[in-house]
Amino acid sequence: MKILVCVKRVPAPGARINLAPDSRSIDARHLSFTVSPHEECAVEEAIRLKELQGGSVTILTLGNAEAEEQLRYAISVGADEADLITADEIDIDPQATASALSERITELEGASDPFDLILVGNESADAGGYQVGVRIAHALGRPVISGIKGLKVEDQTIEARREIDGGFEIYRLPLPAIVAVKEGINLPRYPTLPGRLRAKKAEVRKVAYQLKRGGLTMVSLATPVEQQTATRVLGRGAEAAPAVVDLFEELGLL
Amino acid sequence: MSRVLVLVGESEELDRQALSLASTLGSVELVSVGPTKIGGADKAWQIESPVLSDYAPEAIAESLAQLIGQELPSAAIASGTERNNEIMAHLAALLDLPLATNVLTVSADSEDWRLTRVRWGGSLIEEATLSAFLKLLTVAPHSQPVWEGSGTPALEIFEPELGDELGRTRVRERVTLDEGITLTTAPVIVSGGRGVGSAEGFAVLEELAGLLGGAVGCSRVVTNNGWRSHRDQVGQTGTRVAPQLYMACGISGAIQHWVGMMAAKKVLAINTDPEAPMVTKADYAVIGDLHEVLPAIIAEIRRRQEN
Repeated sequence: MKILVCVKRVPAPGARINLAPDSRSIDARHLSFTVSPHEECAVEEAIRLKELQGGSVTILTLGNAEAEEQLRYAISVGADEADLITADEIDIDPQATASALSERITELEGASDPFDLILVGNESADAGGYQVGVRIAHALGRPVISGIKGLKVEDQTIEARREIDGGFEIYRLPLPAIVAVKEGINLPRYPTLPGRLRAKKAEVRKVAYQLKRGGLTMVSLATPVEQQTATRVLGRGAEAAPAVVDLFEELGLL
Repeated sequence: MSRVLVLVGESEELDRQALSLASTLGSVELVSVGPTKIGGADKAWQIESPVLSDYAPEAIAESLAQLIGQELPSAAIASGTERNNEIMAHLAALLDLPLATNVLTVSADSEDWRLTRVRWGGSLIEEATLSAFLKLLTVAPHSQPVWEGSGTPALEIFEPELGDELGRTRVRERVTLDEGITLTTAPVIVSGGRGVGSAEGFAVLEELAGLLGGAVGCSRVVTNNGWRSHRDQVGQTGTRVAPQLYMACGISGAIQHWVGMMAAKKVLAINTDPEAPMVTKADYAVIGDLHEVLPAIIAEIRRRQEN
């Protein structure tokens, strides 16, 4: 099974994000970077499918030169090939992103068979556009389903499971297909030492495209005004229990 | 006056929030797959097709594209639920138009719209321009007042021409889990973070949630450590919740967690660190070890119940 995973380099979740003086980008000086969480799980899922069925996993990203770090990370956990579309700017709109990724996928497929499965993250942690995977699917003329937290491949069909309140939905898509996955589909593994060594030596293919600008243009970024809350301290340790239960009663929870 | 189509049918509360923003942009016309009970708009389109026997994002988007082609509105809007973001992405891809998701504010006084939207799940705000002859956007949940419109709109049935192949991404099967109270329905969420220390450590949170008729939640650290299922995770990459009371036990309050529970009416933090962001942002706090505080709360509830 030939699988391709699209990933995005983003600051590691959990860190406080400060803005650069131009208010058009984030201050990256004190941040470590990672593969966006949903996509980290997409990489893991691809490797698990490869382990079950055989085949290969290719990782594709659009980003600056530093995004090579995330491609090498994916190789260190088991991906086979890595491909970087280089762009000088970091904030690339969803239409331009999808069009560059689709173009590269078509080129990669032109040289051999189509990818049976393309995995993307449901939405990037930073821009949160919820659309790049769907746009790629339309560009390539393949079925796509989003919000997936369970996958099973049988013959030429992929069974995808989507969590909803009170249960889940099951979809069955003919391959080749695209699936946008969410964190929770698996628990990603850590790189092994041999994996790290392999990643260090691996070749990362690089291409550069003229990006086709879309109609959504970022003007500036801002940090939302934080609501100031006067916290009422109900007490310390076990002695606070009566005050907490009073609060439950006051809020009508008991 | 410009016409704005608003896709409804997910959650009435979120639909009414989206309508609130949409009504500032033009005359509102509802669009739904099957009947809707939301009223108050000038007009309501009800999409009918045998291909739409269950949720089918591709087919719904194609239906919207056909309706848009017939009616030529100036915008199509939906609340920013996961499904609506998916449908609107299909619509945007079909029409090759930009889509702005999770929008907070719109100023539509020139041809290009100026808008703000959510980034990083809500920890950053992006100001952007949206340039297209038809504006497509979804509205960030819990960012708008609830639209109070009522009254019956003029109903029109719209029957799109949908090929059977559009059913390839329709729901094939549904599985119902008997979960009892879930994160999205619970009036109280007793949520644990790193401070809980282990999977077993959650027993005391389970017990308290049981007494309060609530659900147990957790932070990302907890699911990454394998202490709980990802289904329980609250935050940017987990579930967004809005209970009456959110009890954050041993959760420091990283912004990615905060954005998942900031819609809670009240927040009670239990933490050993009085300087933790969760404590300073909460409405109420108890400074102390959750493994001492929670058993004492449980004992106090039982004592009062016996009296």
